[in-house]
Amino acid sequence: MNLQADDFELFGLDRQFTQDRAALDDRWKALQREAHPDKFAAQGAAAQRVAMQWSVRINEAYQRLKDPLKRAAYLCELAGFPVNAHSNTAMPAAFLMQQMEWREAMDDADGADALESLADAVQASMKKLLQQCASLLDEQHDFAAAVGTIRALMFIEKFTQDLNQRLDQFA
Amino acid sequence: MALLQISEPGASPNPHQRRIAIGIDLGTTHSLVASVRNGVAECLPDGQGRVILPSVVRYVDAQRRQIGFDALENQVADPANTIASVKRLMGRGMADVAHAEKLPYALVDEPGMVKVRTIAGEKSPVEVSGEILATLRFRAEDTFNDDIFGAVITVPAYFDDAQRQATKDAAQLAGLNVLRLINEPTAAAIAYGLDNGSEGVYAVYDLGGGTFDISILRLSAGVFEVLAAGGDSALGGDDYDRALADWLLHESELTIDSMEDQARLLAHARQCKEVLSSEEIVTAEVDLSTGRIDLSLNREQFEAATAALTARTLQAIKKALRDAKLTKDDIKGVVMVGGSTRMPQVRHAVGEFFGQEPLVNLNPDEVVALGAAIQANQLAGNNPDGDLLLLDVIPLSLGIETMGGLVERIVPRNQTIPTAMAQDFTTYKDGQTALALHVVQGERDLVADCRSLARFELRGIPPMAAGVARIRVTFTVDADGLLNVAAREQVSGVEARIDVKPSYGLSDDQIAQMLKDSFSTAQQDMQARALVEARVDADRLLLATRSALAADGGLLTPDERAAIDQAMALTQQALSSTDAAHVEAVSKALAQATEAFAAARMNHGIAQALAGKNIETI
Repeated sequence: MNLQADDFELFGLDRQFTQDRAALDDRWKALQREAHPDKFAAQGAAAQRVAMQWSVRINEAYQRLKDPLKRAAYLCELAGFPVNAHSNTAMPAAFLMQQMEWREAMDDADGADALESLADAVQASMKKLLQQCASLLDEQHDFAAAVGTIRALMFIEKFTQDLNQRLDQFA
Repeated sequence: MALLQISEPGASPNPHQRRIAIGIDLGTTHSLVASVRNGVAECLPDGQGRVILPSVVRYVDAQRRQIGFDALENQVADPANTIASVKRLMGRGMADVAHAEKLPYALVDEPGMVKVRTIAGEKSPVEVSGEILATLRFRAEDTFNDDIFGAVITVPAYFDDAQRQATKDAAQLAGLNVLRLINEPTAAAIAYGLDNGSEGVYAVYDLGGGTFDISILRLSAGVFEVLAAGGDSALGGDDYDRALADWLLHESELTIDSMEDQARLLAHARQCKEVLSSEEIVTAEVDLSTGRIDLSLNREQFEAATAALTARTLQAIKKALRDAKLTKDDIKGVVMVGGSTRMPQVRHAVGEFFGQEPLVNLNPDEVVALGAAIQANQLAGNNPDGDLLLLDVIPLSLGIETMGGLVERIVPRNQTIPTAMAQDFTTYKDGQTALALHVVQGERDLVADCRSLARFELRGIPPMAAGVARIRVTFTVDADGLLNVAAREQVSGVEARIDVKPSYGLSDDQIAQMLKDSFSTAQQDMQARALVEARVDADRLLLATRSALAADGGLLTPDERAAIDQAMALTQQALSSTDAAHVEAVSKALAQATEAFAAARMNHGIAQALAGKNIETI
């Protein structure tokens, strides 16, 4: 095992989208038990430095593996299909229309209840796209198509963040 | 064959000797020190049997000072030189200090962090805190009649980088080896969880003298995983005192025009508050230079005067729950920490919010120090079989300023530490050869609304067209929650890095100077101290290397082993040297010789963790 291993190797998991969250959490804790700087607090600077590097690397991998969207993007990247979210923002017209409708609904919402029901609709749509992602990645191995779905999900995630901010204002 | 244990002169005869490790709760109102003795964490009392040390320092004249109860007694008589609640000033500029005009002592505006004007000169909050920490250090040394190996010091979870760094500097001034800064609610959870063998998701509600923290943690099999931390680093019992003082003034139609009156009124308001925790009614009687306050006050009136403060804590709980993606029904128990949770209205409001009685079976004053002591004991290596693991988070987002005064977030809040995150930026002008970076912390989108941590420059970028340079900015947050920022231009390899530290104006030189001046070291010859420290460090390294070799020596080739053995022998010899520089040099050589070994051990450990798991799952 080394610091250059990919996230799945590091966590000893199969390289696929579908993962058991509880098992992932357990593995994370088992790895941090070995690597956390606290374990080396009395062992000098060299051991501290190594522990810090590993602990950071394990946390980085965990952040990516536990978030379905990041995990999906990472799988595509490993397969040679980077998502390039910043440089490639072309999306189908129907999808953009829906985004606009959601944005309008958010701007028009006059209370937490209206925002909550919008949030539910957005969640449902996100769930559906994630299922689609799972099928594309694990069954059809169609990474090119998965990249499109992931970009759509990234838009929705950004919108969810804005929505949560609005909810904070009402709270 | 019998194995003889040979002790080198000056070496510890028993490499497994217990190391004295302490936990310190450096509080706004009072501070405590605790340690694990015979397997049990306990707070250490002073000569008169008191475990609490009021966090009050009085500068009597240029040389003398009083710390703790002695200082507290003189607070009303000498408010200008008696510094209480200094924690609220740690890492804070004048603009950050709420109600500076209502403090009974005078602040001096200094870049980054205020100072207090006293009879002994201008004192940094770091120095004042250092006095409190040194007092606790001496208490621990007297208790054990031995040197302290290291300390865990607690900070509010909601402390930002500047406040954490200031706390660590104060510990350094007090001559303490800081094993770790840990968050107060996390420390409380350790003391609580280990005592009760709890599993599940818990909320820790920590309302102290000057800070409020809410942490949501998952406890399972010795792992304390913080899911979200929130709070307000300027909200605590002091604010209840102040609200009550304002109410008393308002009702009596009086005003305040001296520091003495301010101190007297605040002290009295605090007494009334404490009485109202057990009584329904109290008589407020206080003589001010502008008139006399004499009125009776019941609990309801006090609650009404402070309801807005309690409501603010509930807002913070809601935000933390949202961050943890949990609802209040997911919370198995609510642990109450901090003296201010003795107020019935606080207990009631929290109980009502969560729909369950909060847990108050541990002394809310002591629980943080006890948890810190348990963690210190583990970090010092006294408990090699312990399965305690803290996975804490950073409470506030970290980012840098981009065009238009906006914040680009690099590390989002509630990220598990240690962590490193990077983002790429580019130049916006043709031929631009330097880039100014402004590091900020906070949740707001505008730089002006966030806390400025540091500014630094990346220079020597080769001239390129705008947008071509690729500058990767990496934020690294260590296990103490402290930030380090590095910037590197990817095409040319030009680099700049900074420990986010000097923003409040204390350089390493200034700390060294304060150390020289400080009472904790004044009686000691600095050189003797340097030698002692070098020897302790060398000894620590030898112990660590021995135990590493005993555990994983088999990972080394004979040549590698010989090199380490030789470096160890040289270090061992140097322990009897009187030349601090020599001791440091051989220690450094030993550290270098073991670097590859440390990496190999880690690989081995990780591989074993995975192997163990794989077998389990089959």
